[in-house]
Amino acid sequence: MVEFAPRLMPVQVDEAGGAMLRRYVEELGVTAYLGVATTALRPGPDGTVAALDLADGRSVDAELVVVAAGIRPRDELARAAGLPLGPRGGVLVDAACRTSDERIWAVGECAAVDGTCHGLVAPGYATAEVVADRLLGGAATFPGADTATKLKLLGVDVASFGDAHGVTPGCLDVTFTDPVTRSYAKLVLSDDARTLLGGVLVGDASAYPTLRASVGGPLPAPPLALLAPADGAGAGAGALPAAAQVCSCNAVTRADLDAAIAGGATDVPALKACTRAGTSCGSCVPMLKQLLDAAGVRQSTALCEHFDVSRQELFDLIRVRGIRTFSRLVAEHGRGRGCDICKPVVASILASLGAGHVLDGEAASLQDTNDHFLANLQRDGSYSVVPRIPGGEITPEKLIAIGEVARDFRLYTKITGGQRIDLFGARVDQLPQIWRRLVDAGFESGHAYGKALRTVKSCVGDTWCRYGVQDSVGLAVALELRYRGLRAPHKLKSAVSGCARECAEARGKDFGIIATETGWNLYVGGNGGFRPRHADLFATDLSTEALIQLIDRFLMYYIRTADRLQRTAAWIEAMDGGLDHLRAVLVDDSLGLCADLDAAMARHVAAYSDEWRDVLEDPERLRRFTSFVNAPDVPDPSITFAVERGQPVPARDAAHRRQPVVLGLPEVRR
Amino acid sequence: MSPVVALDWTPVCPLDRLDLDRGVAALVGGVQVALFRTDGGLFAVDNLDPVGGAYVMSRGLVGSRGGVPTLASPLHKQVYDLTTGHCLDLPGVTLRRHRVRCRDGLVEVRLRQEE
Repeated sequence: MVEFAPRLMPVQVDEAGGAMLRRYVEELGVTAYLGVATTALRPGPDGTVAALDLADGRSVDAELVVVAAGIRPRDELARAAGLPLGPRGGVLVDAACRTSDERIWAVGECAAVDGTCHGLVAPGYATAEVVADRLLGGAATFPGADTATKLKLLGVDVASFGDAHGVTPGCLDVTFTDPVTRSYAKLVLSDDARTLLGGVLVGDASAYPTLRASVGGPLPAPPLALLAPADGAGAGAGALPAAAQVCSCNAVTRADLDAAIAGGATDVPALKACTRAGTSCGSCVPMLKQLLDAAGVRQSTALCEHFDVSRQELFDLIRVRGIRTFSRLVAEHGRGRGCDICKPVVASILASLGAGHVLDGEAASLQDTNDHFLANLQRDGSYSVVPRIPGGEITPEKLIAIGEVARDFRLYTKITGGQRIDLFGARVDQLPQIWRRLVDAGFESGHAYGKALRTVKSCVGDTWCRYGVQDSVGLAVALELRYRGLRAPHKLKSAVSGCARECAEARGKDFGIIATETGWNLYVGGNGGFRPRHADLFATDLSTEALIQLIDRFLMYYIRTADRLQRTAAWIEAMDGGLDHLRAVLVDDSLGLCADLDAAMARHVAAYSDEWRDVLEDPERLRRFTSFVNAPDVPDPSITFAVERGQPVPARDAAHRRQPVVLGLPEVRR
Repeated sequence: MSPVVALDWTPVCPLDRLDLDRGVAALVGGVQVALFRTDGGLFAVDNLDPVGGAYVMSRGLVGSRGGVPTLASPLHKQVYDLTTGHCLDLPGVTLRRHRVRCRDGLVEVRLRQEE
């Protein structure tokens, strides 16, 4: 690494911080040449680069040279219009963000405010606010750039904020160097040591959110408590003054957050929803938790009264210790006899880890009724059956077979939103007979119930569509067959669109794929339902092979780490570091988990078996499918039908049938 | 009012037909009964979900709450105390209980008409 400045990251860190950083970097086997210019790149015999010549006479062998040259403002428009530019490019504007032409303004990274371009998001937002105010007749001026940054250099946390270099007259430095934990920190204080002006953190940047929010205000704790990396307790957000900005992306202060907590927000998602704090870069999410703690809101991660641990911790316990039964788990790590919360969670974890058929042994007693009867319980006590139709593609013969089953068992029939056909009104004793007919016709029943992959929808794709650019149906079929039966913390939905017109609504899914001219774009974290959310773009222009590997990892990481009943959207939102963190884990393998995740998915795919057919072939499983233990041939007399629009529907005889389930309705925010 | 007839014990099934913590439904004198075998013994309650109005209680999950054996409705998860029949989530709602015992490896039920 060749750096013209006398230390690494000269803008962000001071000399001592740079020295600490250099130690980290050199331990990784990277040699740093500091304070020296490159004078020439020399080619080898084959004409490609072979070495760099440095100004001090040394030479460095190199097969590849990467030049990091910062950012360059896109100022072509200003150039073409003849507007003045900054000394190093950028549209020159004054403190009002106005160019030399009073009708033209510039904001963001292309604007050179008083000659300086700031390649950071916060100053960009500030210029936009100035221009908005000016357009409305105000007199706002650019307040100076917030150049605070937190980043990783070769895996080392580095942060700087405020007056990091101590240029304020009379300022005081408090520094802390720990060669053991290899961390360096510096706080810059006002001359009376009462006001925090800025600072530098290298190695451990965990105090960054709190410190940054404290700039310009009183110190939230004694300097040593703030800097010592021991438990970070001193740097907790609970010590922040009310006016401190906790979320600088969305300008949310501690006072705003305290008001939201007082107003009834009892967890991080609620705080995010009512203040928007933590919804952009996510770096302040740990502070949101600390503020809840400071307000005395208890955020238990206990699954239920029987287990003090979260679903994720339970998953790790079961996986690492090789536990295969609920009774052993609750005896060793819990208490009591379980409940309708922890039993299905454990059943799901055991299934995710490939512990055999859902009805085998003790596992049968853990399953929710849908997983126990492998069908969807309806309000009248009957079940619905949804044959799997991968990708929504079906032959006329199979369509006829479904029609015949529905007709012969007198089932109410409806097309679903997931490109399948739902057959309603089956009694438990009819379920195996229905599956038998479906299996004989080449179907398996499907998971229209349960916390598992539901469907992979598709548009018709380039086989037929004039606009399609890829075979979306083929991919959807392959994905549905690959991930069918995969048990997860919540249901999983997917879709594949064959072009950017997005007819399959892939962005409304947990993982959605949209074809490009050259591959596939992967979107994650979408859902419909009570709180609809579009999925975010995760990776672009993937080959089919790379796409599938990335989805494998995404799903397995979700299964291992999400909370109970947490859809992928909420899981990503709750993740410290959000989508960037997820990308680091799944693409760059920052946690070293990828091989493990890949292997886990390979095991799932290899072990998949048609659960419904497996019931038909086992008398022990089959015996559960009777209405009455002492009258196996008597159908449940309470399941009766009326006819509505030519189809059977539950008879509404009893007055107390049809009690609606009350759900909180969305409210208009004022 | 005629005097309440003392109903007879009705044999239902062998004990080993009941899985631990997993219910079954039985038809006893025309009444649908949900039967459970737990660590704490046998329980029999109405199969009718008093809230949802469907005959499904035998398909609910058995567990415990604060040391009390419980049954959760598979429809909307209201939890009932198996020893009293009282709903622990909705005051005033009760699941009718029946007598149940095991004789010579056979599970027997005697209906209870009123609490």
